[in-house]
Amino acid sequence: MTSTDLAGADAAARRPSAARRPRRVRRLTGADRTVLGLMAGVPTLLTVALVWVPALASVVLSFSNWSGFGSFSSIQWVGTENYKNIFTIYPEFPPAIEHNLLWLAVFFCLPAPVGLFLAVQLDKQIRFSRIYQSVLFLPVVLSLALIGFMTELIFSPTQGLINNLTGHAHHHVIDWIGNPSLNIYAVLVMACWRQTGYVMILFLAGLKSVDPSLKEAAALDGAGGWQTFRHVVWPALRPINIVVLVVTVIESLRAFDIVYIINKGTNGLELLSVLVTDNIIGEASRIGFGSALATILLVISLVFIVPYLISMFRKDQNQ
Amino acid sequence: MVQSTGGIGGSGRGSGRGVLDRRSILRGALFGAGALAVSPLLAACGSGGGGSTDTSKATGTVTFGSNAAVPQPKGAYQTLFAAAEKSTKLTIKPNWVDHNTFQQNISSYLQGNPDDVFNWFAGERMQFFAGQGLVSDVNQVWDTIGGAYTDAMKAQSKGKDGKYYLVPFDYYPWAVFYSKSLWASKGYTVPQTWDQFIALATKMKQDGLVPVSFTDKDGWPAMGTFDYLNMRINGFDFHIDLMRNGDKWNSPQVKQVFDTWSELIPYYSPGFLGMTWQEGAQQLLNKQAGMTVLGLDQIGTIFTGSRADDLAFFAFPEVNSAYGQDAVEAPIDGFMVARSPKNKAGAFKLLEYFGTAAAQQLWLGSNPADIATASGVDTSKYTAPQNAAVKLITGAKQLSQFMDRDTRPDFADPVMLPAIQKFLNSPKDAASIMKNIDQQAKTIFASGS
Repeated sequence: MTSTDLAGADAAARRPSAARRPRRVRRLTGADRTVLGLMAGVPTLLTVALVWVPALASVVLSFSNWSGFGSFSSIQWVGTENYKNIFTIYPEFPPAIEHNLLWLAVFFCLPAPVGLFLAVQLDKQIRFSRIYQSVLFLPVVLSLALIGFMTELIFSPTQGLINNLTGHAHHHVIDWIGNPSLNIYAVLVMACWRQTGYVMILFLAGLKSVDPSLKEAAALDGAGGWQTFRHVVWPALRPINIVVLVVTVIESLRAFDIVYIINKGTNGLELLSVLVTDNIIGEASRIGFGSALATILLVISLVFIVPYLISMFRKDQNQ
Repeated sequence: MVQSTGGIGGSGRGSGRGVLDRRSILRGALFGAGALAVSPLLAACGSGGGGSTDTSKATGTVTFGSNAAVPQPKGAYQTLFAAAEKSTKLTIKPNWVDHNTFQQNISSYLQGNPDDVFNWFAGERMQFFAGQGLVSDVNQVWDTIGGAYTDAMKAQSKGKDGKYYLVPFDYYPWAVFYSKSLWASKGYTVPQTWDQFIALATKMKQDGLVPVSFTDKDGWPAMGTFDYLNMRINGFDFHIDLMRNGDKWNSPQVKQVFDTWSELIPYYSPGFLGMTWQEGAQQLLNKQAGMTVLGLDQIGTIFTGSRADDLAFFAFPEVNSAYGQDAVEAPIDGFMVARSPKNKAGAFKLLEYFGTAAAQQLWLGSNPADIATASGVDTSKYTAPQNAAVKLITGAKQLSQFMDRDTRPDFADPVMLPAIQKFLNSPKDAASIMKNIDQQAKTIFASGS
């Protein structure tokens, strides 16, 4: 973000000078330089110190065996053994990957389109629009930890709402929370409930920025509702689509709170983020092993982020 | 002290107003990095101790790291601290932390700036941190309090080097609990052997009860059943050996434990993997369930007031007559002293007080879920289950702690907890689950500590 902003500012500063203005404006005073330097330098330093150094340190530590006790000299370097163990003998790893990808797929297929649908409906200035908007957005305000707690209230096998309403609380108990092939879906229902409101509000903001005269023009030309959406509104939403895409990826990869509240992310609710936490933050940590898991999560994130960045930079160059 | 040097170095020359904020953040970052870099150094210069400390002249403030932030034990501790301040003339400054958070953060806590005295547990869980050199030995305290403790209790308070590191405070047994009134109305009798136990469970099922209100959403309650089965089938020595060395997980002995266990699973509460132990205990309290394998520390908080004396228990049934019902699982909670406490004499003096029967009885108050570790407690104030617990424990040939206290912390929760849940889901897969536990155990135990 910073670099593109700066490039923009730079370009803006240069353009008028090339056209008309005398050179004076083009030259930055010493104070300007200092300010610009600090504006670029401080965030860069912070990013390096708080993002890149820890990330690289994780990658480096992933080749080690360290309990976190004692000095750095107690770190043993073990090569790729942590990765080998993760892929061969760590039974929680395959389900964790599976669940993270499932989470991503579900977030793409349900909250994203449903959120868009709701946003389009709410944008039509229907009566009580504000109320619907608040109701649908409300879950986003709740913390995921709270939603995890609500999941338990609703899905708990003997004391939960669903089983008691459907008469499964005492006989033929459906174990929504404890059955490892069911519980991830119970959790996803709740996660989608929240995510839909989030996506809706993003699209709603995008729709507000679509010039109404465009829609009017389309209507005058005899376009129907679907045609207007397809050919006028949707293309105008392009920047928002990218935001929603990124938000969806981020939210599914960082999913953690709900499952951790429910059962600490075991027994069918394994996620990569939970495995990292389990191994690093605990009574005694396996820092190398946990770092290797974190590195795998980093690589998966890069798979989604790099294409996005490439397309962003390509667009910048084209302009 | 050294950390602040890093901070000053970072602040250097400041200019420009708006930037100052960010710079201070940056300074914070440097500060943090400095602290990180310095902590191992501090670790290295921690003094080895040695020599005795004169506790008679101890004064001042002793800081106390407590894992009892919830009202129930917190209130009891506050009463205890008030009495301790009166008796020792020290000032106690408690630092209340949530129970699980305290455990999760223990390694960074002990390496950082720990309180002088803190709550901890006996067993490998104590020895592990003692072995890392993160706590002080408390031999001197034991010179004073030793007389009030049994040999079994002394053994559980020592590190691998034979020095004392823990002052035990309260403990409680794991057993098979039931409601006396329910059993009386149905005419059930206490089973001695595994076959009688299964026969009773079958009978309860026919009577429309949940025979065993077992729950394992939390992951740890099932460990108690594993421990008991292993000690009953293979004996205490095999069990402790397995916990400490982790080298026989893929053995016929362990296979037999899982096979025996799978006979019991059909009698468990439906949906048990989705329920907390409180929900299971509720089934016992509401007389929907016949029995449960749990600790007195847990179930005792559910059966309170007028129901307290309705709670009864029997020792986990015998499976192999060679080992009978010899071993009892009795987790001990107590106190440890940080590696370099600010007030060592005060910390020792405080522990001398905590080690007395009077202090423990004061803490127990009306709490029916634990019993005191020191002898000389007025047992007439105990409830029926508490007196039965004393009898069970003092009659035991060996005491175990609990899986997550008897084996390495980086093995118990990360490996065993999910593995047992997996087994409970599909008992047929026991063989492959054991094979996997064995592989993981080998890498973890090989990494040393």
